[in-house]
Amino acid sequence: MGILTKKDLKLITDPLADNNPITVQVLGICSALAVTAQLKASIVMAISVMFVLAAGNVVISSMRNIIPPKIRIIVQLVIAATLVIIVDQVLKAYSYNLSKQLSVFVGLIITNCIIMGRFEAFALANTPWKSFLDGIGNAAGYGIILVIVAFFRELLGSGSVLGFKVLGNPIEKTGVYAYGYENNGFMLLAPMALITLGVIIWVQRSRNSSLIEEN
Amino acid sequence: MEHLELFFKSIFIDNMVFATFLGMCSYLAVSKKVATAVGLGAAVIFVMAITVPLNWLLDHYILQEGALVWLGPEYAEYDLSFLSFIMFIATIATMVQLVEIIVEKFSPGLYNSLGIFLPLIAVNCAILGGSLFMQSREIPSFSLAFNYGISSGIGWFLAILAMAAIREKIRYSNVPPALRGLGITFIITGLMAIGFMSFGGMLTGGTEKKAKKVETVKVENNKKAIDLADNTIEIKN
Repeated sequence: MGILTKKDLKLITDPLADNNPITVQVLGICSALAVTAQLKASIVMAISVMFVLAAGNVVISSMRNIIPPKIRIIVQLVIAATLVIIVDQVLKAYSYNLSKQLSVFVGLIITNCIIMGRFEAFALANTPWKSFLDGIGNAAGYGIILVIVAFFRELLGSGSVLGFKVLGNPIEKTGVYAYGYENNGFMLLAPMALITLGVIIWVQRSRNSSLIEEN
Repeated sequence: MEHLELFFKSIFIDNMVFATFLGMCSYLAVSKKVATAVGLGAAVIFVMAITVPLNWLLDHYILQEGALVWLGPEYAEYDLSFLSFIMFIATIATMVQLVEIIVEKFSPGLYNSLGIFLPLIAVNCAILGGSLFMQSREIPSFSLAFNYGISSGIGWFLAILAMAAIREKIRYSNVPPALRGLGITFIITGLMAIGFMSFGGMLTGGTEKKAKKVETVKVENNKKAIDLADNTIEIKN
């Protein structure tokens, strides 16, 4: 651990489980639910958020002494919007189909509460290097939940992982389909994302009882 | 008829919370009591009714490809649509500030009830989402954009009100400890979303026929365009 001290490492590992932005801090849920019908789309989404959050945290934190407190929300929104435009244009240029599929949800990274929440709570009070690590850690915590939800939804809903038909071909009845297994199309519908996330929260809180809420 | 259809569609079928999950953060944070939920819901309706039509004007007269043509024919080729995110969010943030100042000046009673919620709204994804959907669904006229803003706001209001009422009651039931709070809220919202999906059948009878008609018209137009293109190629040759 040459560059990373123990404290720095904690900044990255903490948001992965015990201080996860989605399941514990309750931030950034809108986009987490809407893009998770496919694993590929959610991985792209997680990488985009990681870029915006890490870069934005560094910018905000290096400007933290000259931003007037009264207009800080607008400054934060403008910085987030600029970074999101970069992501959007890159996606449109290199993978147009994926950017069509994510539709407005790339734009909605601007108002993703994780971005504003971390700008406000961390970057405004800490040095650029620490803020960078915090950005990476929180975006990774967000990404992990996205990937878990998307993995189960794609596997149970369309019988594939990353587009590969791992369970066999449902039309020619190969693999598990030969034994009468059917895809559960319900998993692809929007409400099941909420219920899957609810179950993830349930599992996490029964393993770590300090997270349980009073009522 | 068009207005009525859009109105019901954006409240029930394309409900902001249950169909697209927009504004979930404040939806989860503020739905603990009915009174505060009503306050935030009203503020969302108010702000959406202002920002969606305003962003429609921006989109049609500044941002779209060829929208600047009113400045003169030499501007016809400009396409500023890549700026739409930053323009929309700037409009929303300034409008929220402006509304806050005006309401504080002219109606202190309303300000006190909406007060703390107004600044929260600038970062509510439902507001930006409304403007972005307005752009991507290509809503054709100003009055329809106004209608869309109000009705999506009402849809959001309905969702948070229902959730707050359920959460007030659920305090008396015996929920497994690990599910208390966030977990059970997610699962209830999921079940409500499944319920709301049944509204999808409400409009299909009429719209299917319409959609087919539109498609055939489009195909004909395409044919004409292809014919025209062929002709021009021939002329060039």
